[in-house]
This record gives sequence, C-alpha cells and structure tokens, in this order.
Amino acid sequence: MLILTCPVCGVRAEETEFHGGGEAHLKRFGPGSSEEDFQEYLFMRENPRGVHFERWRHAYGCGKWFHAARCTTTLEVFGTYPAQTLEPPKDLRAKISKKRPGWTWRSLT
Amino acid sequence: MSTRVSTGGRLLNKNSELAFTFNGQRLTGYEGDTLASALLANDRMLVGRSFKYHRPRGVVAAGAEEPNGLVNMGQAGRFEPNQRITTTELFEGLQAESQNHWPSLEFDVGAINSKLARFLPAGFYYKMFIHPRPFWKHIYEPFIRQSAGLGRAPKARDLDTYEHYYHFCDVLVIGGGVAGLQAARRAAKSGARVTVIEQTPHWGGRAVVDGGLVDGEPVDKFVEQIVSELETMENVTLRNRMMGAGVYDHGYVLGYEQLRDHRPDMPGPRHRLWRIRAGHIVTATGAIERPLSFAGNDVPGVMLAGALRDYLVNYGVAIGQRTVVVTNNDDAYRCAFALKEAGLDVPAIVDARMHETPPAALQRAQELGITVLEGHAIASVKGGKRVEGVALCKQEGTGDPLRDIACDAVAMSGGWSPVVHLWSHCGGKLVWDADQACFRPDVDKAPTNDSGQPFVTAAGAANGHFQLADILEDADAAARAAATAAGFTVRKSKGPQALREPEAPMAPVWLMPAQADIKLRSKAWLDYQNDVKVSDIQLAAQEGFESVEHAKRYTTLGMATDQGKLSNINGLAILSDALDRPIPQTGTTTFRPPYTPISMGAIGGEARGEVFQPLRRTPMHDWHAAHGADWEPVGHWRRPYAFVREGERVKDAVNREVLNTRRNLGLLDASTLGKIIVKGPDAPKFLDMMYTNMMSTLKPGKCRYGLMCSENGFLIDDGVVARIGDDTYLCHTTTGGAERIHQHMEEWLQTEWWDWKVYVANVTEQLAQVAVVGPNARKVLEKLGGMDLSKEALGFMEWADGTIGGFDARVYRISFSGELSYEVAVPASQGLAFWEALMAAGEEFGVMPYGTECLHIMRAEKGFIMIGDETDGTVIPQDLGLHWAISKKKEDFLGKRAQERSNMTDPKRWKLVGLETLSGAVIPDGAYAIGEGKNANGQRNVIGRVTSTYYSPTLECGIAMGLVLDGPDRMGEILEFPGTEGATFKARIVDQVFYDKDGEKQNV
Repeated sequence: MLILTCPVCGVRAEETEFHGGGEAHLKRFGPGSSEEDFQEYLFMRENPRGVHFERWRHAYGCGKWFHAARCTTTLEVFGTYPAQTLEPPKDLRAKISKKRPGWTWRSLT
Repeated sequence: MSTRVSTGGRLLNKNSELAFTFNGQRLTGYEGDTLASALLANDRMLVGRSFKYHRPRGVVAAGAEEPNGLVNMGQAGRFEPNQRITTTELFEGLQAESQNHWPSLEFDVGAINSKLARFLPAGFYYKMFIHPRPFWKHIYEPFIRQSAGLGRAPKARDLDTYEHYYHFCDVLVIGGGVAGLQAARRAAKSGARVTVIEQTPHWGGRAVVDGGLVDGEPVDKFVEQIVSELETMENVTLRNRMMGAGVYDHGYVLGYEQLRDHRPDMPGPRHRLWRIRAGHIVTATGAIERPLSFAGNDVPGVMLAGALRDYLVNYGVAIGQRTVVVTNNDDAYRCAFALKEAGLDVPAIVDARMHETPPAALQRAQELGITVLEGHAIASVKGGKRVEGVALCKQEGTGDPLRDIACDAVAMSGGWSPVVHLWSHCGGKLVWDADQACFRPDVDKAPTNDSGQPFVTAAGAANGHFQLADILEDADAAARAAATAAGFTVRKSKGPQALREPEAPMAPVWLMPAQADIKLRSKAWLDYQNDVKVSDIQLAAQEGFESVEHAKRYTTLGMATDQGKLSNINGLAILSDALDRPIPQTGTTTFRPPYTPISMGAIGGEARGEVFQPLRRTPMHDWHAAHGADWEPVGHWRRPYAFVREGERVKDAVNREVLNTRRNLGLLDASTLGKIIVKGPDAPKFLDMMYTNMMSTLKPGKCRYGLMCSENGFLIDDGVVARIGDDTYLCHTTTGGAERIHQHMEEWLQTEWWDWKVYVANVTEQLAQVAVVGPNARKVLEKLGGMDLSKEALGFMEWADGTIGGFDARVYRISFSGELSYEVAVPASQGLAFWEALMAAGEEFGVMPYGTECLHIMRAEKGFIMIGDETDGTVIPQDLGLHWAISKKKEDFLGKRAQERSNMTDPKRWKLVGLETLSGAVIPDGAYAIGEGKNANGQRNVIGRVTSTYYSPTLECGIAMGLVLDGPDRMGEILEFPGTEGATFKARIVDQVFYDKDGEKQNV
C-alpha cells in the first residue's frame, strides 16, 4: 500500500486515503479537433515501466487533486505537486534525472 | 509404531492431560501438544488421503509447511475445514475429522485412482475432459468435484468474532527464533520502537531443538534470557501466535494473530488482523527442510528429519522404533544422534554423498555405533499405510536394489531452503546459492520504499545462514541496518558468540537414485498435497511447459493450501534438469501473500451484519419504518419500495399507491435526491460545460431538466437545475449520483478549468425534500398555507422560497409523474415534522405515502427515462430521443466532441421506443427482441432490448420501454421477445408516452 504526501494539505498518508485518477497532464481536445487528436486524448494512455506521472485525489482528506511522479517498477515516489499546472515542476524533473538518468515520458525528458 | 517416550517433551505439561476426538475416537494428549504430536503419540500416523490418488498420507512436517495433516475441526457455527494439525494446539474437547476420503480413512474407494495413476498423468484433466463438450457440465465436473477437493465448506454462520488492529513501529521483526530475538534486542537498544511477531506459541525457533552453546550457555537459556529482557523494554512489543502474512508496498505488513484457537473457552475475538506500518522490516523467518525425491517418499512414516527431531525433543514422541535416516547433508545426522540418545534404534544413515575424508558428523555416528552408508540412496519404501522397510541402492545408478532394511520410520533431509516468502512479496529478488543448493535473498535487490530505499532485511536462516554462530552475527548486522534505516543509531558492542562447528558440504540431490527409472520416478512425490510426482514435471517439460509458471499450472505443483512450501524447489530442480538448464535460469514461481492461509473472518474483521457498511437515513426514515416500508437499497440509502399495509401483498401496495397518487394525493420522500450548489461568477459558463443543455440562459426563478454526459459522450446523470440567482444554481442529481457528480464537477474545476471562479458544495443531506403529487397537491399545500402556489404565481418549471404551514420552504413546481406536483425542500431538521404535517393535512384529500416502485411506474407511464435503466454507460442522449435537451448553440460541453464520432452518429444505433404487449402481459426485464437470421456464432440476431418494464395499474396492462434498431421508424410493428421457459412475448412498437400525451394533468 503506497504512501503519498498530499501537496495541498501536506498530509503524508497511505493509499486508502487517496484515489488514483490515471495519467497526468492530458491535453483536452474538444469540438473542432481532429479524429486523431481526440482519439489520442480519449483513449491512448502511457503505461511505462519506470517513471510515470499520475493524477491522485486526496479523497478522504482535503479532497484536492494532485499529481505524483512515481516509478512503476520500484514504486519509488519522486514527488507530488498540485494539479494546477501543465507540466511537472523543473526541480522535480531534475531530481528524477539524478535518480533515473535518461528517463523519458511522452515528450518530457 | 509411534509412541510417547520417557525422555524429551520440553513443551509438554505432563500433569495436564487433555481429551480430544479424531474421527469420533476418543484420545488423550498433554497440554503443550499439537494435534499432530498428540495423534502421533497415539500411533495415529495415517491422517488423510491425497487429493488425486487418495493415497494414504501421514504427517511429514512439524510446522506451517505440513502438506498432509489437514482436518475438519469443530461443529456447525464453529466448523472449519483444512486446519493444519501440526500448528493446531491441543485443547480439551477438540474435535477433528480427516478429509478427502470415502467411506473411511482406513478404507477409501477413491484409492483405486492410485492403481490408475499411469492413466492420470499431468494435464490429464485438460486432455481428457475436453470432448464431448456437453459432458463437462453434466458428467465430468460433478464427478470430479465430488472426488477431488479437500475439506467441506462451512454452511452455518460463523459464531466467532474477529477484529482489525492498527499498529505502527520503527522496526518490525518477523520471526521469534534466535535471529529474530537477537535482532530485536539489538534494534531496541537504539531506542527504536520494535515489534516482534512469532507464528508459533514458543520463542527460540529451531535452535532450542537443535541445541548449541551461546556465550557458553545452552541456547535455550539464551532464549529465555533474551525474551525476559525484551519483555521489560517499554519500546518493545512481543506477540506470539501471530504470523507475518504478507509484506506490501512501502512497509505495510499484515499480521495474523490467533487469539483463542488454542483456548476456545476464552472470551473475545478469535483472530485479529494487524495492519502494520513499519519503518523497516527484518524477516527472520527461518528455513524449511526439503524432502528427498525417492519412490514411496509419501508412505506414512517417512518424515522430514528436522520434524522427527521436533516431535522427539519438543513433544517426547518417537515416530518409529527403528528409523533409517536418509540425507545429502550433515544436519540430518543430528536426528540420528537425538534418536540414539533417546534409546531408539537407527539401523543406518543413508548418505547420498561420498566423503574423501570422513566429516566430524560421520565420525561421531560411527562412535555411536550407527552404520553410515555413503553414496547410497533409497530405491523404494516398503509398506502401504505405514513404513515397513526400505530397499537401498547406489545413488549413482538406476536403482538396482542392493539390500533391504526393516524399519518403521524414515527421516529424510534434502537440505534447507530459507523462507524467502516475505522478502519476495514486495519485489525482493533472490540469488541461487550453489553451495547450499538454495535460493536466498539477494541483498542488493531488496524491496524499496517510497524514497527508493530498501525496507526489508533478511536475517539468520532466512538469509541463508544455517550455523548458530553465523545466524547470531547476521542478526546483529540486520538489526543495525534496520535501526539505521529507521533513523536510529546503533552503538557498537560485541554480540553473543557461538562456536562454529565444522560441517561437510551438502550435495544437491534432486532425485534418488540419480538415474531412477520411470517406475521409481512415478512413485517419487514432489507435492504431497496436490499429488505431483517427479514424472509429472518431466512430462510437463517434455510437452513444452518450460516456464516454471506454466509447469506449475499444468501439473498443479505448489498450488495447494501449502503453496508448495516443501515442493517448489525440488520441482523446479527437476524441471531444470529435464530442460538441461541451470536452476537460477528456471527461477521460482511468484511468492504471494498470505504465507499460510488466513481466515475469511479475520479479513472481514468487525465489518459484518449491521456494521458491514454505514446506512444513510433520511429525516423521515423511522416514520417509513413504522408505516410498513418495504425497503430498497439505493446506494447507501434505504428507500421505501412501497408502504405495505396489513394483509396486503407488496405488488398490491404498489398498485394502490399509483392509483391513489393519480386520483388523489401521494407523498414521496425525495430527500435522497442529490442537491449540489454551484456558485460563483463563472457558474453559468461552468454549467454550460457540465450539461448538454444551455444553463447560462436559464432565468433566476426557473427550473430546467438537464442531462450530463461524460467526456466519452455517454449519459451519466440527469436532474432538474434551478437558477437561484445570477451566480448561483442548485443542481439536482439522481439518488445514487450525488457524490459521484459532485466529484465529477470538482475534478473538472480543479484539473482543467482551475482559473474559473466557481465553488460547488454537496448539500444533499442539509435538506429534506417531499414530492407532493396528485390532483389534490395544491389543495393540501394551500391548506397548510403561507405561499401563493396558484398556476399564475408559480408556473410549471418554476421555483419560489417562502413558508408553508410555518416551515421554511423552497418549492419547485416540477413533475416526474405527470401529475400536478410540487417538490418542497425544508431544512433536514424539520423534515419529519413537515412530512407529518402534510400527512395530517392531507387526510381529507386522500393522502398516501408512496415508494420508489410507484415512482418508477408513474415515470414509465409518462415515458420519462431513468438513469441506470434506460442508460448503462453505453447510451448517449440521442439514443433516447433527447435531442431537445442537447444545445446546438453551445460551442462545447463535455461529451459534445465524442458524440460527433462516427459510431455515435451511426443511424443503426438502437433507439428508445415504447412497447405494448399484445396480450397485456409484462415482458421480462432485459428481454431481447429477435430479428431475422443468425449471427456468426449461430445465435439468432437481436434487434433490441427492454430497458424498463412494468405492470401499469393506470392502464391495466404491461408497458415497457426499450432500445430498438430503427425503432422510431417502425411504429406499429410487432416484435418478438423470447422470455424464460419457452414463453415468447409479442409487443407493438408505440410512442413511449403511454399516459397523458399532451401533459395536461401536470399543467393545471
């Protein structure tokens, strides 16, 4: 059972307090978008071995959504950050690079 | 025969005799016995029949790894199958019955399978029972279920109670042997909170049986002293009879404590499931001895050498009077020495190894006058229900018998395997230790926690150290690693010392003799509980099941309740040999929790009966209960399905409620409907995105029926939205949807449109809501008085605030029944009083409460959809003819883009219509309409299905709605719906509005 820290209220808690919400940083495509873009947005998800960015909600706490950077093989949590952003913070990406040199995730490195 | 001897029995209280029954026979044992030791003391060696061949089986082990000794225990509400007799402590009045035999343990007709063994090889069931197909269901399966299997499933409700317990510590030590105890003491001295758990009732593990000196003292004194020291330390928690069941992500551990299985007369919960969060875990789980694979190694009386020693030393039980020891290592010599010391006969030690220089153990054996046969093996075991002797042969060879030795027990040892289960549960990797022929933890690949640091350290035998001196040293190192990882400092000091005894290396022996012929191989058992032999694994390899995971599933090796504790390593060694590849390349199967089976009761804990889940009650709940409510669960709520009167059937009550509401006056408790406040300058814009309708143009004081879709375009909820002010809305959701829709709104606000100024609040439980429905609805509200509710003052789809009969009320003039209808919301605290006021005032107008079934029938008569009936997560609003509720002016809303996808605009999507049965009968719910022709599977094509179906008391016939191919274009056509038991229903496609098509009744 994972331990995560909610970046909004600061509580460090175990997984039962949180609810997973799938991949983070999806870009929404709405009316007017191409079939390919919309299909990509609606269905295509990353399923990496290694560094991954996910959405979580502090469901039985402050109720806020946040993002987590996590290793799917070792379950190491590199960090969590608020959901109101389009990409992971720079310092977190630097931290991941130190621990997992050469990591990639979608267009991120 | 097996008997109690005068020496030994360190765990027994011989002053306390206990009576118990086995298969109805009354026997006695002592306090401190296990059920196994007590049975063996009574010469009950035969304890069960094997799973597949029904071969007689006896006790093989003395602990959790026992595969054969499984019994049914207790009666009725305390009945439990598959109880392991080697870990069951004896108590006065214990009742046990052996399993898997018919008609009796001694005479079992299923044993004929053993004679047919060559016709029942690995994969037999897969190969045999595939043809002809219908035979599986009607002939093969019932027969196999009857003849295979272990204990019976309990039928009565469990009378015992169980509980969960939350625990936190810095260092958790799993295993209370010398390694665990020493690690705990060392870690505790650093100030860390240390918890030690031990699955047996006793501390010290194997060391106290095998003996040795620690700092010059006998090892049992050392254990006594360390336990009493730990007991006095405030930062230490000691728990025995508690198993480490599983290690999970980031230092989470499940502990399984058996509180009173050994004392059923004590009060309190039977089992306790500990949910532990540990900073660092030390697995000091010891090692398990491996059997040797020789023909007849399953005959009762053949036992693991260590177990034979356990029974002698701990329980004073001699398994036989003449015991042959067979081994590939020095450890089993201990067994011969212990037997000799107890005055028992050891005719030979059969050592598969050839020694150039005689090792110390061999010399000692010779001093004791025991014959040691080097390079020898057991060719076969004589005897059926009990060992009568062994035939010996050379280990290197095919098994030509050299000589026979008469004996009544065989002690075997194939070496020791560290218990790596808990290390492996959460991703710890293993390395192959060629010298000791075992897998042990790979210290460089431990399971890691949230910071990427190791959180498990193995210690002692579990880490591949088998000498007392090494074990103590390793325990110290593990304690240091654990305490340091948990943030404590361990001071350097000298640990306890033990003498290092010289040992000759063990030799890997996976088959005895090495080139055993097929006859011997097909009697050499690997997995006792699931009846898997050496020949089965070889066959699996030959047939291409090369992956260890495939071979496991094909042969069922390691799939029984013991999860292959004895068999896995031997099995994969045979598989590796058959495939001619090294053992580490074959690898192990996955270790999964729990380590040994745990009770379902412990998993459930307190969550049963009334407290299984919380119950949500409306303010009027108790009134409903007192007035005949027949409850229907809706989410966590209970809603009255109908209010059943004395002498009335439920369906009569439903029909009465429908007719009365249509003719006079009905009251519905609508408090469970979701109510969500959406407020802020951007609320109109936000609701335009949430709903398919245009909500920004709704005028304050007005209501609008809205539809919500997911981003995939599918309908997820509906309800009436009221605009309270310029920047405030109240959104009604379905009863089951309140929390879900509130979260759905929060998700989009927090993660997509976080710069929009909107707050949402779920106020469902703040308000009680009553639907006042029927031709007399206005009259009863006017009688209570306080607001102008005339047609002119409050039109259809309008709302107003005011007071009614002195209650603060918000009145919505909306209708889900087609009748004149007001939904009145009052503060929850006033809900019951308001309901009672309405009931009293309504008496002269023929008021009756009505339930959810009446609500459903009335909405179906009007052709209104219900989320969950007409929708199932694959239905879009367009399928339901709800185009009028989908804004064409809005650029965007959730689901809009998805509804433009080709599959969504396909004219062949099934569409909603009404269905009127020709006979007036009610079509079964979910029935399919049959079309022309057949599909690729030879099944008749379907062209529609029923989504809602009821008897309408208003129209006195069955009515239904359904989704039908080209439905709206086929009005008047007749469809066929096959029902159950050969019945077929014919129904005409009609408009789905069955009642009051022009809506005159609600608009008065």
